[in-house]
Amino acid sequence: MSQVLRIILQRIALGILTLFIVSIVIFTAVNMLPGDFAQAILGQGATPEAIESIRRDLGLDQPPIQRYFAWLAGAVQGDLGTSFAQANFSSFVGADSGGSDVTVATQIAPRFANTMFLAGVTACIAVPFSIMLGVLAALYRNSAFDRAANIFTLSSISSPEFFLAYVLILFLAVLNPVLPSLSNIYDGMEFGERLQKTLLPALTLTLVVTAHMMRMTRAAIINLLASPYIEMARLKGLSPLRVIVKHALPNALAPIINVVALNLAYLITGVVVVEVVFVYPGIGQLFVDGVKTRDIPLVQACCLIFAGAYILLNLTADILSILSNPRLRHPK
Amino acid sequence: MMSISRRGLLKTGAAAGVLAATGLPLRAEPKRGGMLRLGIAGANTSDSWDGRTHSDSYMIMTAHGAVFDCLTEVSASGELVGELAESWEASADAKTWTFKLRQGVTFHNGKAFGADDVIASLNMHTAEGAKSAAKPLVSAITEIKKVNDHEIVFTLAAGNADFPFLMSDYHLLMFPAGQIDEAIANGIGTGLYKVESFDPGVRTLLSRVDGHYKDGKAGWFDQIEVIAINDSSARMNALMTGQVDAVNRVDFKTEALLKANPNVEILEVTGNQHFTFPMLTKLDPFSDLKVRQALKHAINRQEMVDKILLGHGAVGNDHPIGPANQYFASDLPQNDYDPDKAKALLAEAGLDGLSVDLSASDGAFQGAVDAAQLYQASAKAAGININVVQEPADGYWSNVWLKKPWCACYWSGRATEDWMFSSAYEKGVPWNDTGWENDRFQELLLMARAELDSSKRKEMYTEMQMLCSSEGGTVVPMYANYVDAHSTKLANSGTIGNVFQMDGSRMMERWWMA
Repeated sequence: MSQVLRIILQRIALGILTLFIVSIVIFTAVNMLPGDFAQAILGQGATPEAIESIRRDLGLDQPPIQRYFAWLAGAVQGDLGTSFAQANFSSFVGADSGGSDVTVATQIAPRFANTMFLAGVTACIAVPFSIMLGVLAALYRNSAFDRAANIFTLSSISSPEFFLAYVLILFLAVLNPVLPSLSNIYDGMEFGERLQKTLLPALTLTLVVTAHMMRMTRAAIINLLASPYIEMARLKGLSPLRVIVKHALPNALAPIINVVALNLAYLITGVVVVEVVFVYPGIGQLFVDGVKTRDIPLVQACCLIFAGAYILLNLTADILSILSNPRLRHPK
Repeated sequence: MMSISRRGLLKTGAAAGVLAATGLPLRAEPKRGGMLRLGIAGANTSDSWDGRTHSDSYMIMTAHGAVFDCLTEVSASGELVGELAESWEASADAKTWTFKLRQGVTFHNGKAFGADDVIASLNMHTAEGAKSAAKPLVSAITEIKKVNDHEIVFTLAAGNADFPFLMSDYHLLMFPAGQIDEAIANGIGTGLYKVESFDPGVRTLLSRVDGHYKDGKAGWFDQIEVIAINDSSARMNALMTGQVDAVNRVDFKTEALLKANPNVEILEVTGNQHFTFPMLTKLDPFSDLKVRQALKHAINRQEMVDKILLGHGAVGNDHPIGPANQYFASDLPQNDYDPDKAKALLAEAGLDGLSVDLSASDGAFQGAVDAAQLYQASAKAAGININVVQEPADGYWSNVWLKKPWCACYWSGRATEDWMFSSAYEKGVPWNDTGWENDRFQELLLMARAELDSSKRKEMYTEMQMLCSSEGGTVVPMYANYVDAHSTKLANSGTIGNVFQMDGSRMMERWWMA
């Protein structure tokens, strides 16, 4: 077990290093984009004095390296700062307002919760669905069912997300109005209604992630079916379904867990387009807003969350595959 | 004239004929009730109730159009009426303005509205460090004097006949004095609707105030839900599937689909919103009047309206005053597409052909690059070679506009002629995007500003539009319509305001459930 613990600690340390590098890359990238927050927010109304005054208020007149380390110092202590939009707004109001308590963290928290809800609903549909589909495809491999499942999932993963979203809207909201095309969930909405509003985006995302998980499940199982112990099981006279579910699947879990984790991470980080199409108030829209206005604190925080989701889920996947594999669990 | 009661009229068989003859549309009387759901573009996560920060349609519509009031209001038919002001009067030089305020008005938190609130609300715009777009409007006031709780006297630095008009500007919302921070945080105004919940960039829920001074004239819905939908396909979908009752900014490309839906009606008005191609007239070759005129005759405006706006607009005439302005001169000679005339003008300038760069980006206005290419094609016939330079949309307003000799630009227009001209055409103002200076124009601008006689003003403003059109440095190819859409479940008075989209941003107040 200490072996596993050592791996976990090592991974966490590497993860933190990765986050650090990500933050540098994002900071540099946003700074290299043409224009800055002051120009983006003022638009046509930009006068040199107004730009100058916003830059001064936000500290954008400081050299980038100094700004980065100021941000980093805060971030290390858990303070992600205040978004430029908010800080600029506070300076609008003037000194009499006594400062605002809206920080990046309070801005992101409800949006992130929404994104997690969407990811959760999608995972509840997509993971069982694709593993089941994969098992069935392996069971009836090269049959018409197998081919149909492959064609369906591969064509849905090959289509752009917004296209899938519009196809679903067309069939499920316009022609047969069973689901709302608008997923404008808000605080205090009842769970049932919230779920109903989330269903269309969740189905869209399901279509996007199914192929990967289903094909991996199918391949991993088929790979094992040539093994002697499966042949033994078959010779014992077990039914094909029992052979696959009881004997093949447990040994195929490691690659499946990996691919599931990868797709779950995608559900958190890759939902921007789907959120926009369905007007779902998740973190993706906030992120796009942030990039548009060069709101560096907001973009940094979102990127850290995205990167963190990948790192955490990959770590979980590695640990689970170690735990699911006795040879890795008890190394000689 | 014989008097006929409405019921009696309907009973007779001649009813239909009589109504047809009067030309009055058959409209139901407005009635209270129902919940209006709007899908509105132009929302941001940084939105707030602070009027000084408002620039996009979502907050303008909810704050100016429902939650807050100004001193004056532009009615659907375009006249100026009192909102929180009951009446106003000017001195002969238009320098001193006395406003009588409405009595018995309360804010949503119960505080009574009075002169102090007006003073505090206007002072917000000139406060130290405030970056209000309405600052120039308010800083023109040199003194605000409270006569009593419901009477106030403004003294201006210079006469301005449009002053009451300016008080209808959507930035100049009335906040409760002494509670401004709280009002900004929670949206406390004197409007017909009070804020139930506000999630910036996502959703706003409003409910009708009981006992309001506009009772019987406006405010028919019990509740209003304003959903932020910035994505245009999502907005159209929401309307098509009946999840919202009205949307703003219809995508021209999908307009045909909306029209095909029997439950949806398109709402289209031509306002002051216009696109421009300003030239820096201090630089060659644009410093030559003949060159400017040649370029004005080398553009096919109708083709641009048809192809860029897909017909949802009107041709411009190289001045910034639009149909929503009081003194819009619609009968000026139109600068038309005439390649031969353009060639002749170039010859007069001593030029044999012309080659110029035109900078454009869709950051200037949607379709600006295509418009520039159309211009390029139409100008070729006049021997003018326009080289279209595609600029990045990011930082366009900082790096291209006012910097490149000739570029694409967008103006939402202004409620008054003076405001528009003094924003972008007056000598020496920072946004004079052509650097054009004309002594007669400047003289007229100052004269018209202080003139209270409406017919004299009309003459002056007509001459100014004429000067811009024939000598100015701006090519105005077209006015872009405000195109919105609504469900047939909604009804309106039949008169639609054109100062802004969605019935002059007042749909929430003026419309009702059919």
